Formats: sequence, structure tokens, C-alpha cells
Amino acid sequence: MNPTARYFRNIGKGFSTVLVGMKVTMRHLFTPAVTIQYPDARMSIPERGRNRLYVNMDDCIGCDQCAMACPVDCITIETAKSLSTEDLGVTSTGQKKRLWVTQFDIDFGKCCYCGLCVPPCPTECIYMTSVFEFSDYDRKNLIYSFITLTPGEVAQKVKQAQQAEREAAAKKAAASAAAAAQKAAQAAQKPAPTPEEATQKPAASTAQQSTSSDSPGKQEDKKMESREAKPGQEPTSSAGDNPHESKTD
Amino acid sequence: MAELHTEEMVLNMGPQHPSTHGVLRVELVVDGEVVVDAIPHIGYLHRCFEKHAEAMNYQQVVPYCDRMDYIASMNNDHAYVLAVEKLLNIQVPERVEYIRVIMAELQRIVSHLVAIGTYGLDIGAFTPFLYCFRDREMVLDLFETTCGARLLYNYMWPGGLSHDIPADFVEKTKVFVKQFPKTIKELNDLLSYNEIFVKRTANVGVLPADVAINYAASGPVLRGSGVKWDLRKDAPYSIYPNLDFDIVVGAGEMGTLGDCWDRYMVRVREMEQSLRIIEQAVDKIPEGNVQAAIPKRIRPPVGEVYVRSEAPRGELGYYIISDGSQNPFRVKGRAPSFVNLSLLPEISRGYLIADMIAIIGSIDIVLGDVDR
Amino acid sequence: MHNFITYYLGAGFLASLISSVLPIVFVLGYALVAMYLELKVSAHMQDRLGPMRTGKWHGWAQPLADVVKLLQKEDTIPTAADKLLYILAPLLVFMGSYAAYAAIPFSPAYIGADINLGIFYIIAVSAIVVLGILMAGWSSDNKWSLLGAMRTAAQLVSYEIPSSLAVLAVIMVAGSLNLNDVCAAQTGWFWNWFIFGKFPFLFITFVIYFIASLAETNRSPFDIPEAESELVAGYHTEYSGMRFAFFYLAEYANMFTVAAVAAVLFFGGWNSPFGTFMSGPIWGAFWLITKGMVLVFIQMWLRWTLPRFRVDQLMYLSWKILTPFALADLVAVGLWTVLR
Repeated sequence: MNPTARYFRNIGKGFSTVLVGMKVTMRHLFTPAVTIQYPDARMSIPERGRNRLYVNMDDCIGCDQCAMACPVDCITIETAKSLSTEDLGVTSTGQKKRLWVTQFDIDFGKCCYCGLCVPPCPTECIYMTSVFEFSDYDRKNLIYSFITLTPGEVAQKVKQAQQAEREAAAKKAAASAAAAAQKAAQAAQKPAPTPEEATQKPAASTAQQSTSSDSPGKQEDKKMESREAKPGQEPTSSAGDNPHESKTD
Repeated sequence: MAELHTEEMVLNMGPQHPSTHGVLRVELVVDGEVVVDAIPHIGYLHRCFEKHAEAMNYQQVVPYCDRMDYIASMNNDHAYVLAVEKLLNIQVPERVEYIRVIMAELQRIVSHLVAIGTYGLDIGAFTPFLYCFRDREMVLDLFETTCGARLLYNYMWPGGLSHDIPADFVEKTKVFVKQFPKTIKELNDLLSYNEIFVKRTANVGVLPADVAINYAASGPVLRGSGVKWDLRKDAPYSIYPNLDFDIVVGAGEMGTLGDCWDRYMVRVREMEQSLRIIEQAVDKIPEGNVQAAIPKRIRPPVGEVYVRSEAPRGELGYYIISDGSQNPFRVKGRAPSFVNLSLLPEISRGYLIADMIAIIGSIDIVLGDVDR
Repeated sequence: MHNFITYYLGAGFLASLISSVLPIVFVLGYALVAMYLELKVSAHMQDRLGPMRTGKWHGWAQPLADVVKLLQKEDTIPTAADKLLYILAPLLVFMGSYAAYAAIPFSPAYIGADINLGIFYIIAVSAIVVLGILMAGWSSDNKWSLLGAMRTAAQLVSYEIPSSLAVLAVIMVAGSLNLNDVCAAQTGWFWNWFIFGKFPFLFITFVIYFIASLAETNRSPFDIPEAESELVAGYHTEYSGMRFAFFYLAEYANMFTVAAVAAVLFFGGWNSPFGTFMSGPIWGAFWLITKGMVLVFIQMWLRWTLPRFRVDQLMYLSWKILTPFALADLVAVGLWTVLR
């Protein structure tokens, strides 16, 4: 196309496309707006909407699954073993609760609202609500604490759990000391198979069994100790119900 | 007569700039108004995605993948879960594949709408941006009813999906598919063929095909230069072989082949092709359980895998090395925007400062992808 | 009578004072209305609502709120800025825009200064704006401001030519530079308006004038100087508070000046479109303001539809398209006028 023709064609196209564009915007001038006036009107959040989490402590068994599933480590859970005499009740799914949950904090400043903590929960006590308007002026106020025990109760539960542990450990030590003493006494005697030995062996084996059955408890205690010793945890919230003193006990 | 010596000025299109699509710093060396060199400085949005991935298990890496290219979140997840599934050597139910493809294509439409809208905004047309976002809302509502989130979904899990689609999803998708072509027509009337827009973008930032291939460009940047390369057809994955669609290439319609207008138009036409894919797939979704193949514990055997997919911005690949434990040993994301951005100095020499905006916009970068 | 104030008060100092202050009252009121109109028109074209909360009813008080906000801002002057020029620049820009109001015939009974060179005066005094803009860009001591100012100066100066040529064509038809005479030559029903005269040449003249004047007011698609997405804010980047308000006000004042001149030249000025029905001194003011506002609305409509031109394309449009067409059009109109 020669330059003159192209020149005029460009001018023509310029005008025609501008007019077409103007027609589009003029049409839109008279279409109703698609926006609503928040906060007077609000869009509805769908049922599966992933917003702020909520934990129903009645159903929480303190299994720590949600905390382990969280990719940003925003859930902090501490538990204390309950005594065999205490009855914590049953969750709505029928599971018997055995642990006192002494700390259940979720830091919503860190939470990325991914929802990975929801499926692993065996009792479905943690779930995402439709609340999304919960901003605060202070970042510390975004750390929500869900436990239902008062600080006094928490301190008491932790103390009694540690005490029970100590007693169990002491008993174990005594039992193993007794077994060791018996063994030493046996070794000192002649290793001739006597009817006494035959009766002692099962006793020794039961002593062994008791030590082996204690070990998961020991492991759990080790876990508790390692959790307690976790460095760099932010001093938790204004709710102020986390007794640090209990950790140093 | 001696040459008049003019000094070159160094201008900073600084990290905070309305048109650099995020925190990108471009150091421009200009001679008057003509750009002599454009050096991008990145890293302002680096969030150590790959380092984080080494400390998480495979399931927990998915939310991090979302946040790489935050506008095309579904596609990020798609490539990652395909990689993990290849490593684990598991076969997902066909229903999962179909839903994943539908979500990926819807996400492609949404991502291109953002690209087109913000491109118009950079060039000075304020209105198409609003129209694009109005249509984006329809798709985001679909996503929200399915998985609960509007931008960062965490929807595709290794082995399946987090939720099955709700009962009215197919119907609502069909409604969207029916009314979206009107928006594309409106966009074309208002922006694409507008003479001023064409004059701003045609013959600007010309990227020859061989240069594009040498720089490992991919996606609309590559296809805008006339190279017919789309991973959905050339290295197919998932159920793309069963679907009928065309690869859109630039043809130098308004100017030179490989200019900004071509890249822009490739995106507009790709939206139409995505609509075709969605239309076909949504009728064919087979029955099944989307969570049937999700492994209880993901512990792949020792090995490495590289899987790539066609994200809206180009070839998105994940290279995963597994050492047999629950956490990956290394996850590397091959980000399309990072590679495409490296083209910037090459295609901006000799153009004006105002053209820089058009060029950066046409490459369509997302800084989350560039910096990870 | 041409100016009811001098008619009643005699041609003294008091009359001149009132005549020069009256348009300011109009400009300030009009600016608030125009700002609100812009917010709402842009919003509805973009399928949204615009301001709805300030002032309870559809956000009518939003421009007032903006003015109060601008007034209470800190008055910053960059350390390395040229203080005198920095302070003088917004005043010059506003002065250039406002001085044109002296010669706009708002009504058969009111024109600020009934000079025989009306339109010539308007064009001349609008050129002071270029000076103010250059001062603003230079004194801000900012690379981006300087670039913006230089572009603006080039743009404004280039577009004065097709604008003036278009005006010249109409003046040839009307036979006088006095804007009241131009209005008087268009009395009667609307088909007497110059835009329908000497068809199609005066229509083309109107289009050329409208595009050129759009560029004169720095409105999109010619808003390269304020290109928000490119140079942050061009020549007024460093200005804040009341000084920025002056620039802003000057832009709106300019818009109406240009619209009013177009209304006078092409759409009959203060004449009613229905002949003697609804005409008279007060109706005259109503018609001129209405016609001006319709043209202002079209300017806003264009802003929200079109992307902006690049600098060199802007120059190309002015020198290679508008000026040749304006010249050819001038010749055609002149020949038609002479040969009839």
C-alpha cells in the first residue's frame, strides 16, 4: 500500500476505532454497577470458605496432628498426661480423652489459610470458619489461645502430670533396682538350676515387661521435654495464660 | 565536523513504580529518550521457596508452590503434583485429571485477564482493566465454592484434590463459558484494535524467533514470535491429548512479527482456546473419588524427576530430588517469568522510554515467579 | 448592553473588580461539579459506583473533601528547588487558564471584557500556561519532572497551531474576532449553528479544534505529561497541597474554557437551540454553561475510553495530520465564504 493510501487509511481507522470504543464505554455508563457497598452489604462466603480457624476444645484430644501438618508452624500445642483417676470425658466422635491440653495457640499472623490442618484431625475439632474481618492493631493480639483451662488449672495439671511421672519413674527405678539386686544375688549363688530360679525367671521377665511398657511413656516425656526446651518461642499472648514457671519446674 | 557529544543518563525505574508489575527495578541507560540498555535487578520478592521446600514434607510444599506465581496458582500446583506423582509412580483417577485440567484452564483465563487488564492500564486505558476484573470475579467465585480460597488455592494435592467439585460447578462453569466471549469481544473493541493501542504496541519490542529460542523464552512470549510451541501439544501431559484446541501464534498482523501487539493478541486468543477446552472437558468429567489415590504418607523412593507444564506465563517446571525421606532433598522451580525477563535488555535497545512500559507489560512477568 | 455590571455601576474600578471576581466564583463551583462528574462518570463507565459515602447522598461532598484534604497538607519545597520559580509556577499556570474567562461571553448581558479581539486574546493568554509548566518542571529539581515539563511544552506549543487555524476558519465565516458577534451570527434555531454551516468543512473544523484543544488541556489521550503509569506525575510530581490544587484547578478551568470556546464558535454560544423560545440574558447563561458541560462530558468520556499516545506519536498527530488538514480546511472554508 503506498504511503498516501496508508496515511489516509490510518486516519480512518483511528476515527472508527475510537468511535467503536466510545460506544462500548457509553453502553457501560448505563449498565448497573457490579460492585456492592461494603460494609453495608456483604458478599456471602461459601461453605468451604477458608478463613479464620476455630478449635472446639471439647473434641480436642491433643494428638498434635494439626500442628505437624501446618507448613508454617503457626499452631503450638502443649499437653499434660492426665491421671488415671481423672475423667476427661469423651469426644463427640466417641474417643476417650486422655490428655489435658495446656496450650493451644494459633498465630493468625503466620497462618497461611491453606487448610492443611483440617483433614488430619481425628475428631474434626479444628475447622475453618467464614470470619475474615479480624484485623487488629497489635500483632500479638493475633495469637489466639483456644484452651478452656484457666492458668491456675493449667499450672496444676502440669504439676500433677510431672509429679505422676516422677512417682512412676521412682517406682520403676525401685523395681529395676530390686530386679538388679535379685539378679546380682542370683549370680552370686551357684548357677545350678533350682526350682527357685524357675520361679524367679518369670518374675524377672515380668520386671522386664514392665520396663518395656514404661518406655512409650518415657518417650512421650522426652518429647514433652524437647517441646518445652524449644528455643525462640514467642512469649505468648496477652491472654497470659501460659505459665512459663511450669516449664522450669 | 565533530560529533555532538551527548551524555547517557542512567534512569532508575525503581522497585516502586506503577508499571513494573511488582517490585522490579530496571536500570535504564538512556540517550535522550532512546534506551541504550535496560538492566533488570530482581530479588526484591525472594522468599526462599526452594529452601523452605527442603524443610517441609511433600504435602506441605503445595501452599508454598501456590505463592510462586500468585496469579496462576492452580498451574503452579498442577506442575508440582504431576512431578511428585511421577516420583511416586502413582496413577490418579481420571476424574482428578479432568478437574485439574478444567481448573488449570480457568486459571489460564484468569491470569491472562490480569495480564491484559494491567497492560491496558500501563498504556493508559483505564477502563478495560475494570472489565477484566469484573469477569475474573465469576471465575474466582467458582474457585471459592470449590476449594474455599480466591487466590492461593492449595487445591491439587499429590495424588488427588483437596475437595471434590460441588454439585453446581458444571452448571456455573457453563454459564461462564457462555457469557465470556462477550467480554472478549468488548476487549477487542475497546482495546485490542484501538488505533492508539496498536500504534503503541505494534513494531515495539520486536523479538525475532531465533532470539526467543536462544533465550529459552516460552509461553506467549515465544508464541508471539511465530514459534508454534506449546507444551500441551508438544509434550502432552494429563488429558490434553483427548482435547481439541489450537495453538495460537503471532502472525505479525499489525506490524512486525514478534512485537508487543502479537504477544498481547496471543493472550487474548489463548483465552478463547481455553474456553474451548473447558467446554469440552466439563461435559466429559467421569465419576470417581478424587481422594482415592492420595497416599497416607508420601515417601518417594530415592530419585529425581523433572516435570514441566504449560503455565500461562510459559514453561513451568519442577525438578525434585528425593532422598527417600518425607521431605524432598531439593525442589527447584523453573520459573517462566524469570527466564522470560532475561530477554528484556535484548528487545528494548533502541526504543523510547515510553516503550519500555509496553515491553515489560508484554512479557507479562509476575515477580513472585521471578524471585520465588 | 454587553456587561450588566458596567451598565449598572458605571465603568469604574468597582465594576471591573466585580467583573473579574465573578468568573472565579463560577470556576470554583464548576470545578467541584466537574470533579464529581468525573468521579461518577468514570465509575459508571467502569461498572462501579464511585464515591458513595462522603455527604451521605451518593458521595456529593467528595470534591469538597478532596479540597479540604489538599488545603491541610504540608507545604513542602524540595531543598534543591529553585524557590522563586517553584512558587511562581502554579500561579502562572492558573493565571493563564483563568485569564481566558475575561473574554468568554456567558450571556448576551455579561461578558467580562468586551474586547474586539476576544478570541485572539484567549489564545494568546492560554500560552502563559506553557511558561508556568516549564517553570514547574525545571524548579522541581527532579529528572522525571523535567522530562515531563519538556514534553508538555512541546505538546502545548505544537497543538496551538491546528487549534488556531481551526478558530481562524470560523472567524472568517463570522467576520469578527469579537465572541459576542460570533454568537450573534448564530441566532435562530440550531441549524444556524456554525457546526452545520458550510457542510462538511465546518464540521471537520470542529473535530480538529476539539482534538487540538484536548491536547491543550493535557487530557487523555494526550496526558503524557501526567502519565501516572510512566512518569509518576510528570511536571507536578514534587508539588503537594495547595500548590498541587492550583494545577488541578487550572486543568479543570482549562477544560471549561476550551469547551466554552467550542460552544461559542460552533454551537451557537448563548443562543437557544429553539430560536426565541427559552432565550434571553439568563437563559443565555444557562445555554452556554449547558453546552460547555456537554463538551466537558465528552472530554471525560474520551479520557476513560482511550489509551494514551506516545510523545512522538503525539507530535506526528499534530504536525502531520491536524495541521495539514486544518490548512486545507481553512482554504476550503475561505473559498466557500468568498465565492458565495
